[in-house]
Order: sequence, then C-alpha cells, then structure tokens
Amino acid sequence: MSLTFSSVYPLKPARAHEVCGDGALVFAAIAAGTARGAVVWISESWRPTVNPEGLAPYCDPGRLLLTRADSQLNVLASAETALRSGAAGLVVAEVSGTIGLTEGRRLQLAAEAGGTTAVLLIPEGAGSNAAETRWRCAGATAPAGGPHDPRQNGHDSTRWRWSLIKNKIGTLSEWVVRWDAASHRVIVVSEAGG
Amino acid sequence: MQRRIVSLWFPRLAAERSLRARPVDAPFALSLFDRNSERLYDLCPRAEGFGLNRGMTLVHARSFCPGLLTRPADPAADQRFLKLLARWATRYCPWVGIDGRDGLFLDITGSAHLMGGEEPLLDDIRARLARAGLTARLGLAGTPGTAWALSHFAEGIAVPGETLTRIGALPLSALRLADQTCTALERLGIATVSQLHNLPRATIARRFDRDVLFRLDQALGDLPEQISPLGEEQAFAVRITLPDPIGLLDDVMAAARRLTEHLCRRLDTAQKGARALKLTFRRVDQENQAVELKLARPMRDGERILALFERGVSAVDAGYGIDMIRLEAVEVEPLGLRQLDRSEGLEKDSLDDLITQLGNRVGLENILRFQPVDSHIPERSFKLVPAACSRPVPAWPAHRPRPLRLFAPEPITGTGFEPPQRFRWRGRALSVIEAEGPERITPAWWEEDASWVKGLRDYWRIATHQGQRLWLFHTPQHPAWFVQGEFG
Repeated sequence: MSLTFSSVYPLKPARAHEVCGDGALVFAAIAAGTARGAVVWISESWRPTVNPEGLAPYCDPGRLLLTRADSQLNVLASAETALRSGAAGLVVAEVSGTIGLTEGRRLQLAAEAGGTTAVLLIPEGAGSNAAETRWRCAGATAPAGGPHDPRQNGHDSTRWRWSLIKNKIGTLSEWVVRWDAASHRVIVVSEAGG
Repeated sequence: MQRRIVSLWFPRLAAERSLRARPVDAPFALSLFDRNSERLYDLCPRAEGFGLNRGMTLVHARSFCPGLLTRPADPAADQRFLKLLARWATRYCPWVGIDGRDGLFLDITGSAHLMGGEEPLLDDIRARLARAGLTARLGLAGTPGTAWALSHFAEGIAVPGETLTRIGALPLSALRLADQTCTALERLGIATVSQLHNLPRATIARRFDRDVLFRLDQALGDLPEQISPLGEEQAFAVRITLPDPIGLLDDVMAAARRLTEHLCRRLDTAQKGARALKLTFRRVDQENQAVELKLARPMRDGERILALFERGVSAVDAGYGIDMIRLEAVEVEPLGLRQLDRSEGLEKDSLDDLITQLGNRVGLENILRFQPVDSHIPERSFKLVPAACSRPVPAWPAHRPRPLRLFAPEPITGTGFEPPQRFRWRGRALSVIEAEGPERITPAWWEEDASWVKGLRDYWRIATHQGQRLWLFHTPQHPAWFVQGEFG
C-alpha cells in the first residue's frame, strides 16, 4: 500500500518533526505559513536570521518571534519551554549538532503537553529517534520546456523534492511539490519519486 | 506661629557609617582619589589626635601615623545613608530636608511639644544617634541659617528674639559664606557676625557680592529660606517573616502567593505594573537567595506572576529552611486600567508569558521581532527589535522575490555580465540550469556602507542542477561575482 501525501502532510500536530537538506528552510517557512498563531523561531545567535522579505511569500514575518540563544543547549531548552507553554502555533528550532534520544524525547513530550507542533532543522544525519517524522528536502529540477515546465501554466517554477526518511507510523516515500501562493498551500506535482 | 528649625550636622558621617558596618580598634580614615592622589576624606577622632586632617594625602598621613587603617570612601553610599537618616528624622516632624553632604534640616514648628518641649527633643535626637554610633551636632533656632550656625559653631537653642545675641559672636563662616569672602572681610577687621551687622548695608552691598547680605538676612529671618522635604518614594516591596523555617516548594509558593497578592493590590492602587521583580529568601543561616524575574510587559496579575516565578523558585536551595521572604518590584512602569477585549485576551497574555519565560533563559533582549525598514537595499530592509517593547507589524510590505537566507557576499569565480554556467561555492561544484535577471540595485549614496563600495549590483536568481537556488550578483563597475543568498 503506497503512502499518500495527505496522510503525512500537513504535519501531525502536537509532535516534533525533523527536517534536513538544502530545502529545509523552505519546509519550515511553509510550515510556519500554514500554522495558526504566533511562530517561535529559535536559533543560535551566530547564525544569520531568516530574511523576512524572503519569508513573506510563505508566512507573514510579523508573526515571528525570534529567539537567539547562545548555545545549542539553550536552543533546545527554549524550544522545550515554548512547546510546553502552548502559546505559539509552531516552534521552529535550528539545531547545529546532533540531538540525543533524551533531548528528542523531551521535545516530543513537551510538544504533546503543550499541543504545539515543532519543526527542528537539523544537519544531515543528526536527528533523534524520538521524532515523529523526518524529511529531507532539496530543490527539484524540472526539464525546461518539457510538459511539466510550470511557466507554461503561469505558475512559479520552483519545485522541491520532499522525501520522508523517517515515519513512526507508516512507510516512507517521496514527492515533488510546489507552493501555490494563491491558495496558500503545498501542491503535489508528482508522486513517489516522479 | 513662630517657625522653629533644627539643624542636624553629622561631622563624621562617612567615617562613622563605615565604622558602623565594620568597627575597628585603631586610628581610622576613609580615603578618596582626588586631585591626582589618594587623600583623606573623613577620619575618626583618634586619627585626628595624630594631627591628621581632611584633604591631606594618604602618604603624608601614613608618615604621621603608621598604624592608620583606611578604607575607600563611597560618597554615593553616604548620600543614601543621609537619605535614610532623613527618613528616620520624620519621626520628629513631617518636614525634613537634606542640607548638603552631611546635614539635615527639621522644621519642628508645632511638633516639639510631642516630645515634651525643645530641650527634651534635642536630647532625644542626640541619645538615639549616639546609640547608633553617630556624632551629631544640633542647633535650634527660628531660621535655618541661625540653626545651621549654631549646629556648626555653638550647639544650643536660640529662643525667639535672641537670634542676634546668640550668633553675634560667631565667626563669619557661620553665615555659610564662601571662604574667599570671609577672608576678604576679615582683612577689613570684620571677624564676627555682629560686626558685620553693625556696618552700613550700602557699603557692604557695594564692596562685596550680594551673597553676604543675602546670607545675613536669611540667618536673621529678614529673607525667607525654604526647606525642601524629600519626595516620598513609593516602594513596592513586601515581606513575610515566618515563625518557623519552611523548605517545601509548596509552602514557599504559598508564602510567595500571599506576597504577590499583597504587592499586586498595592500596584493596583498606584496604577502601576511591575517590569522586573525580585524574590529574596533569607535562610536560617542568614544566607540570602534571590530569584529575579524580568517581565515582557508591565503587569500586576498575581496568578501569572506566580506561575512565572515557579521555575526560579524550584531551583532555590532552602538549606536548613527559609524564615523570611521578601518580594520587591525592582522596576515599575505606569499601567493604567484597560478595557477588556474579547478578541485578544488569553492568547495574547500567554504569548507575553512565553516571552517572559524565554527571556529569563536567554535574556529579554534576545527575543526579537522583525520590523520593516523602508530601504531598497536588501540587507537593510528589516530590523530586529526586542519583542518585549514592540508590537507585531500588521501588514508586511510586498517586495520582489528575495532569498530566505541572506549572508555576507561570498565571492565566486565568474566573468562577463551573465552568470557563470559552472562555479564552485562552499566546496561544491554547481552548474546553472536557468538564470533570471538582472535586477539592478544601486547603492544608497547618502549612506556610508563598506559592503557597497563596489557600486552597482546586478542581481540574478539562478537554479542549479544540484538543487540549490541562489541569489548571485555582479558588480559591473568592479567586475566580480558573488553569492549573497539562498532561496532554499
């Protein structure tokens, strides 16, 4: 039985999800845009912030509450606090090292307690086993002028390949998706590695 | 009613304040760095016995008195101490003013009988200050000027009508005149107040500045002199002392709850909100432990404040038990009454609480919000402001497509006006599929910006076979290619 995109996306609420790859930032931006309420975006202070002008097509930058922590420990601790309080609609944490099983499990429990979804941006291969799902995102290339050339239909040309590489409750798969600004949602262009 | 003023002079305020805290059994002095060397600021009578005086350099003083013990002076703390004394002095009368560095004026008009008369009043002041280890000189008269002269030169009481006879024999400096003026008058053979008073006024006014007659008239009551009392400081602090020490978290929180309720009632009447709070626990071994709380918004909601304190309180080490708890609003801000609104309400409050919680971990200045800036330069089109003192921007202005992540320009190899077909960036070889551009951005000539010295930039959006989508620019005036952003 093949896995349908709609069964795993939008992300399961009140759980921690992990994203890696070049397109992880877009994944987080889209998740922020489709979440309700305020978005708490936690990162280490040496990292450049997300650019609000680039974020604007996906998510209103005014909803963001940036938290700049001095270490990964404080990033994770702040994420736990924010998740547990339940005041935000989504918590995005940019993590630079590996997440241990204890930390991952704590975040998962905090997300469940506060009813808040978490998106953790992790380096390749640094996730914890406690995450609900893990995604690898990258830009997808469409052959120019081919039948799928989006510009022929007047759409934004950008597509991403979103691969589900960990799933606690089902099988794995991958999709090529694009962002539809007008309907403000993710549209699947082709299924299963198409 | 005849005005009656007490002048209270503490000739050794600084030294005695320091000795009260830590007594020593030796000649003692305070030193302060002044005019390029350490000098004596204040000293005890024993040190004076060695021939030391104020203003002498410390090295000089040591040569007179090798056993001299010194501590650094702290004039600001002395001033605070004087304020405390002024507050204490309100037990005698409601109208107390500070006089310079080391004196007080008490307007006891109509309140002397409460202490049994003027003489018993002065005795009471003297006795209480002596018990506190402070030397005080007292003068009581109908005007502040005369009272000051008496306290500094001849302690005692000047009954009404006797002012001139009491201060007549005193030297001119009793009139609070500058040293230079006194010297000039003394050269003319005028050494006492009564001699000055007997001179024709016109000649004095012509030869000396108006200060001389002004001070004389003030002392004799011909010119009024005000005493400005201290404003009453509103202190938002409450404390609870416990008969038996407590140590369980629930007990401590219950005590803290009573304190917050009390404090919030007080803030409520003053229409103020706390911005920073401090909860201090004194343990039975006299150790103090403090929990500080900085709030994202001024507030006076007891339940919410208590919930925010919980994390800090649970980290307190109660030791053998806590027997005193004090809660102080360190910073308060005006917070008026507010119309309740159905649409905002709980959700906003909980977000403010979250900002406070995060702020107590990483610092309130690290919780930020984006705000748009009207600039066409990409890296200047927004600014970060602390979330605790800003409101979200309702509508973000729409712009051209911009990358999700901007960074400092990173040079790549490339020539010509079109983006290079292949290049290396961050250790990866990339080949371009499509490029969109250019979008020309000119530097803002009215602003100095080191990163824009290369002039115009032609921006290109490119997509690569490897999946990256980057934001490149070319500087036609100094040909070179750079990567400045990632679309993700």
